[in-house]
Amino acid sequence: MDYSEKVMDHFANPRNCRKMEDADGVGTVGNPTCGDLMTIYIKVEDDKIEDISFQTFGCGAAIATSSMITEIAVGKTLEEALNISRNDVAEELDGLPPVKMHCSNLAADGLQAAIENYYETHQS
Amino acid sequence: MYLDNSATTKISDEVFEEMLPYLKDEFGNPSTLYSIGRESKKALEEARQRIADSINAKKDEIIFTGGGSESDNLAIKGIAFKLQKKGKHIITSEIEHPAVKESLHFLESLDFKVTYLPVYENGIIKIEDLIEAITPETILITIMHGNNEIGSLQPIEEIGRIAHENGILFHTDAVQTFGKVKIDVEKQNIDLLSVSSHKINGPKGVGAIYIKKGVRLVPLIHGGGQERGIRAGTENVAGIVGFGKAAELATSKLDEHAEKLSKIRDEIVEKVLNTIPESYLNGDVNQRLPNLANIRFKAIEGESLILLLDAKGYQASTGSACSSNKLEASPVLTALGLDPVDVHGSLRISLAPESDEFDVDEFVDILSEAVARLREMSPLWNQELDYDGVMCKKHDDCRMC
Repeated sequence: MDYSEKVMDHFANPRNCRKMEDADGVGTVGNPTCGDLMTIYIKVEDDKIEDISFQTFGCGAAIATSSMITEIAVGKTLEEALNISRNDVAEELDGLPPVKMHCSNLAADGLQAAIENYYETHQS
Repeated sequence: MYLDNSATTKISDEVFEEMLPYLKDEFGNPSTLYSIGRESKKALEEARQRIADSINAKKDEIIFTGGGSESDNLAIKGIAFKLQKKGKHIITSEIEHPAVKESLHFLESLDFKVTYLPVYENGIIKIEDLIEAITPETILITIMHGNNEIGSLQPIEEIGRIAHENGILFHTDAVQTFGKVKIDVEKQNIDLLSVSSHKINGPKGVGAIYIKKGVRLVPLIHGGGQERGIRAGTENVAGIVGFGKAAELATSKLDEHAEKLSKIRDEIVEKVLNTIPESYLNGDVNQRLPNLANIRFKAIEGESLILLLDAKGYQASTGSACSSNKLEASPVLTALGLDPVDVHGSLRISLAPESDEFDVDEFVDILSEAVARLREMSPLWNQELDYDGVMCKKHDDCRMC
């Protein structure tokens, strides 16, 4: 697979890869039948993403996109974070092989799911 | 360390030396009458004899082709076109190589009927299923000898016997077994057999088909009448010479290599299954290729594993969809009835005679570390994750769904 150096770096040295026990929002997306499943955990304070982590079952691209989105999203407001798109993630990684754009590039969806989960569980 | 010899092998020094003259000075066309052409013709026929000897065939029963895929195509389409007036039904297995499977899909588009025999957990067909599938319309049974992903060996001698009792031709794709497992076309009741050079330390782009004397088929490549009119085109003399040498070497040392490689294979499997929790062997424990092991690991995905192993200098392969161009999980592993997640977590290790300097302990250490690392990252490992509810929420266009 023709991965960029950045993809290989995030795959080999993933950032923020851990389970977060006290997360405020958790989102899981993907399909293990296809080979990719991703869980994103967020900790929220004053409407901002204070901490973010992930766990991923998947290929090099799936792990690298998960790692990358944690770097992009940390410190952003929830509204800003909701606007991060799949393309933003791929661009930050200097691109993904075309065949990986659709199935492994799940991170933006995962983050959205985590934020939605936060809203659902923290609506007063 | 290269551990993907079922994909392809390195040309051995002996084969390379034997080919060299035919890449340069001995450039004659074997179909010509003058001396340099006669030299090429002689080399071609010598190679043919070597291939024939290695499967107990006669020299004029061997036709050279452009590789295993071409041989499979020729056998299946060639017989189908020849015998279509007699019947349009073919029997095969669920785990054939794409060259066989896609040839059959093509014939289905021309109104041929194909029965795909199931394989069971061990990757082997059942003879009673075969007997049941035979109809008066059946013209061909095509079932592979050894499987390229899991290594399971089919009972070809018995399949051939049943084919002949019913007046049906039997073709077997022996690309993975040729030079590794004994083949005797007479004893094993084989009418057509496909073999390839680059799986046995020979060059790529050359293969052969055995066609039993008296069996007629329709050629796929028409032209100048080479290969007795069955496969036109000026012969790939250097490739064929290399193939002949590779076949001779593999066959003459078949027992020695099989013993050596199966020992390493068993050592790998034993150590992996003992060291890595939730790891399992795919395919049959006994009836399998001496040089191949396929192991699956729970909760990890194969492409990631391949990348981590490659970073440590080991090249192997996986049945995970994520590593295939078609993004399709291995149909072979799926046919074994494995959970899709387990199919993604499979690793194929395939050896060659030159793999004997391979340090199994070091490899198992590295593999074990890589699996542990991916499991630590995986939401499927040691967690009760109900993923049925999240299946592909946003993946309406996913072709796997």
